[in-house]
Amino acid sequence: MNGIHDLGGMQDMGTIPYEKTEPVFHERWEGRIFALNRATGAWRKWNLDASRFQRELIPPAEYLRMSYYERWVEGLVGLLVKMGLVAQEEITSGKPSPGTAKLVPPLTPDKVWPLLARGAPANRDVASEPRFQAGQPVRARNIHPEGHTRLPRYARGKAGMIVRDHGVFVYPDTNALFQGEQPRHLYSVRFSAQELWGPQASAQDSVYLDMWESYLEPA
Amino acid sequence: MPETGRSATRMGHLVTRADFAGAILDSSIHVSFRTRTDSEAPVTTARRELLTTVLSAGAAAMTPPITSAETGRDHDHDHDHDHSHQKLPSDPALRVKSLESLLVEKGLVDAAALDAVVEAYEHRIGPRNGARVIGRAWADPAYRRRLLTDATAAIAELGFSGSQGEHMVAVENTSQVHNLVVCTLCSCYPFPVLGLPPVWYKSPAYRARAVIDPRGVLRELGLELPEEVEIRVWDSTAEIRYLVVPERPPGTEHLSEEELAARVTRDSMIGVAKVA
Repeated sequence: MNGIHDLGGMQDMGTIPYEKTEPVFHERWEGRIFALNRATGAWRKWNLDASRFQRELIPPAEYLRMSYYERWVEGLVGLLVKMGLVAQEEITSGKPSPGTAKLVPPLTPDKVWPLLARGAPANRDVASEPRFQAGQPVRARNIHPEGHTRLPRYARGKAGMIVRDHGVFVYPDTNALFQGEQPRHLYSVRFSAQELWGPQASAQDSVYLDMWESYLEPA
Repeated sequence: MPETGRSATRMGHLVTRADFAGAILDSSIHVSFRTRTDSEAPVTTARRELLTTVLSAGAAAMTPPITSAETGRDHDHDHDHDHSHQKLPSDPALRVKSLESLLVEKGLVDAAALDAVVEAYEHRIGPRNGARVIGRAWADPAYRRRLLTDATAAIAELGFSGSQGEHMVAVENTSQVHNLVVCTLCSCYPFPVLGLPPVWYKSPAYRARAVIDPRGVLRELGLELPEEVEIRVWDSTAEIRYLVVPERPPGTEHLSEEELAARVTRDSMIGVAKVA
């Protein structure tokens, strides 16, 4: 989606809010929403790509107004309601609807560390002939999907070079919409700074993006 | 007519543009978001109407509602709408408290498990992990080679692995090449070696500028690089996570691996600083 989250290349976002030493969570609620996201994710009603997309759907003015973890609150509430884990009235009232049975949470304290240590690999053992090889010139397709994508606007239509084939990975564009993982080859692609940003850019510099095969065409 | 964004928040209904995706999922109209290698799906009249409807519905509703205290403007009570002033707290602390309490009461989450997640990232997982990886890479050339060949495995040798570090790539800085890591689209970051990302890394300012003006970003953060140095910016668009191997500072030949690790900063492993 050509949304506000796709920030690469914007020029008026202000100074970088650097803080020399900062706490992991600036407020207690930030840690709680971070943890709530993990714990509710354990129900497996959605996937990582869908949760990213949910935050992308926050209207632009709100997205920029909100702090980082405020977007997580917004995104999580949206997912909980959309996927039917929580009713809208329950969010509003703060209480379970009368007559709903209490459930048993899948994420218990003993499972937390193993879950974090194991992670959730996104590569898939799928035999798939790669379309591109390292060293091959490619062009990012000029596509503008309305759903979730990890192809930033700043790279679309630009010419680059395959650096590496990472292997076969879950495809976010379909996974985020619950249309299946549809794994395909993922490549590291190098774009020169001047190709992306014009002659004003450094002649030495480059930007590397990880791009799925469907984002690319031969150059 | 109330301005867009303050109008249709009836009864605190948390309608956002989530409705857009929800409607598409529920719709009997087959709208495909797949990128296609053949011809793109034609935008039929029916499809355009559907998209317009749900996008308008989503855009018209906003949550949390902006109170007059936040806008500094008087809230006009003369118009006729039925919203209440006291539904959702706009303070995120209150929202999260209410949400956590609800989810615990419904049995969707276990409070002690939440505590464990917070504790893991506040105390157990952080940039000291990555510093140990770098310290070893500096001290041990064979480890350095393994790190640059298969970073996930090399990092796991030290016991670090898992969530948001399942697919690691280490990129080394030299006198000719300087690497910088960003996630323009959100905040992707290698948790097992660096912990959770700092606010500045997740900020629109950094996300926007790192790819288009890396030299300006580095200058703003206190690092000036010669023009002839090649800067490589790694935009973390997939699940590959990047760890910068900073240059070992001169005069450290006598230091132990532990002493070396103690010198490595988080900022140097993202690429916005060198190790002094």
